Amino acid sequence: MGLQSEVSSIEKAQPPATQASPAHTRVASDAPFYTGMILIGGFYIFMIVAMLVADLKYTSIPHIFDALKSPEIAYSIKLSLVSCTFTTLLSVWVAVPLGYLLSRHKFPFSSLVDALLDIPIVLPPLVVGLSLLILFQTPAFRKLEEFIPITFAVPSVILAQFMVAAAFAVRTMRVTFDQIAVRQEQVAMTLGCTRSQAFFHVVLPQARKGIITAATLAWARALGEFGPILIFSGATRGRTEVLSTTVYLEFSVGNIDAAVAVSLLMIATSVAVLIAMRSFGLTGFWKAASA
Amino acid sequence: MIQVKDLTIRNGAFSIEKVNFTIETGAYAVLMGSTGSGKTSILEVLCGIKKMDSGSVSIMNRDVSKLKPAERNIGLVPQDGALFSTMTVREQLSFPLTIRSWKSAAINKRIDELAPLLRITHLLGRLPQGLSGGEAQRVALGRALSFYPEVLCLDEPLSATDEEMRVEMYELLRTVQKSTGVTTLHVTHSQAEAKALGDRCFTIRNGKLGE
Repeated sequence: MGLQSEVSSIEKAQPPATQASPAHTRVASDAPFYTGMILIGGFYIFMIVAMLVADLKYTSIPHIFDALKSPEIAYSIKLSLVSCTFTTLLSVWVAVPLGYLLSRHKFPFSSLVDALLDIPIVLPPLVVGLSLLILFQTPAFRKLEEFIPITFAVPSVILAQFMVAAAFAVRTMRVTFDQIAVRQEQVAMTLGCTRSQAFFHVVLPQARKGIITAATLAWARALGEFGPILIFSGATRGRTEVLSTTVYLEFSVGNIDAAVAVSLLMIATSVAVLIAMRSFGLTGFWKAASA
Repeated sequence: MIQVKDLTIRNGAFSIEKVNFTIETGAYAVLMGSTGSGKTSILEVLCGIKKMDSGSVSIMNRDVSKLKPAERNIGLVPQDGALFSTMTVREQLSFPLTIRSWKSAAINKRIDELAPLLRITHLLGRLPQGLSGGEAQRVALGRALSFYPEVLCLDEPLSATDEEMRVEMYELLRTVQKSTGVTTLHVTHSQAEAKALGDRCFTIRNGKLGE
């Protein structure tokens, strides 16, 4: 086909004269689209802000300080800080190896292990507590309790928090290791590293931000844990009482001021944790949490 | 010398069947092939980071088929450099030597030899983020050469460099190879690279190797 006939076939492919070319087409404004998006999304933001403002207006700063002076609440703050910290250390300790194995290797039943890790995330928290309670009624675990009292004691608080928080930490670490190229580890091995040297010298330093994210997520999750603690640890004042149970206990005896004061303390702590996390530039937090 | 005998790799749809080749000591060989032809797989098998289905690989008459990557004494420069993001350029170069428990004076001496040769002395204090494609590849080359490997494997090392830098890199790769005498296998899909660099050129097509 000659050039002349090619040109004429292109001319034939032009849109009809009645149809405006895209360069001259007027399209509708984007305003309705964004207005709809903002209205729907804004409702949720409004509800969060409204809840916080309502909490703040319900009480006053002197009321909050009075409530926090109570020895029971002081104990629950102390136990929350200690138990959440232990839970975080245990969660990261488990999450790093498990996240690495799931990210790097396809082993027999790896899909099953992956699904098992979702159980603490999707189960109602009360069921986790009930399952732990039943587990510790079995002969082997009752024997263990002869040496270390767990059920309805402080270790049960840490274990109840850990069972849920660790699942989130594992998910976070898995995403972290997925984002570190396998090629780097392979190159490290050609450079003279064993698998473990490649892990500790090359992979783990690059996973630092992911580890901080996993730790933060585990800590925040542990702080908010209530259901499993109520069932597995009880809500005994001055013994297994953490901040979430304090809110429940104060509310149940009609001391709304104290319940609101502790709630505000938990909100302030959560906000501080989120700000700290964002200041580390930890991206992919929610993606990891929901993966 | 690199000797590959009856190398077979099967991976889903693609396979390489009974590939044989020998590269003499000190030679610069280029392995060409289109995308997905399996040339990188051959390189990975050589380095021990990919398993082969059958066959054998010998380096300097030593059968390394069952050895771990660390035991093969092969330096690898991957396509993207694969520099370690938490290490400075100096640390990248010293890393293989630190792993081998070299003394710091010997490590510094080796870096002082390599950095001017690769024209990366001014980059030694920098992290890999922000290095250009050519700079990153020179650092990766230095890291792969630092521990005196018997064989150097280059996996499309110039794919991330522009035309001007590529010509400069041809000259650098030639100079480095001549001064170190390391037996080199360079994988590429570029005929220009093969012509500019190779003492010998192999082509892999449909799972078969030709010269």
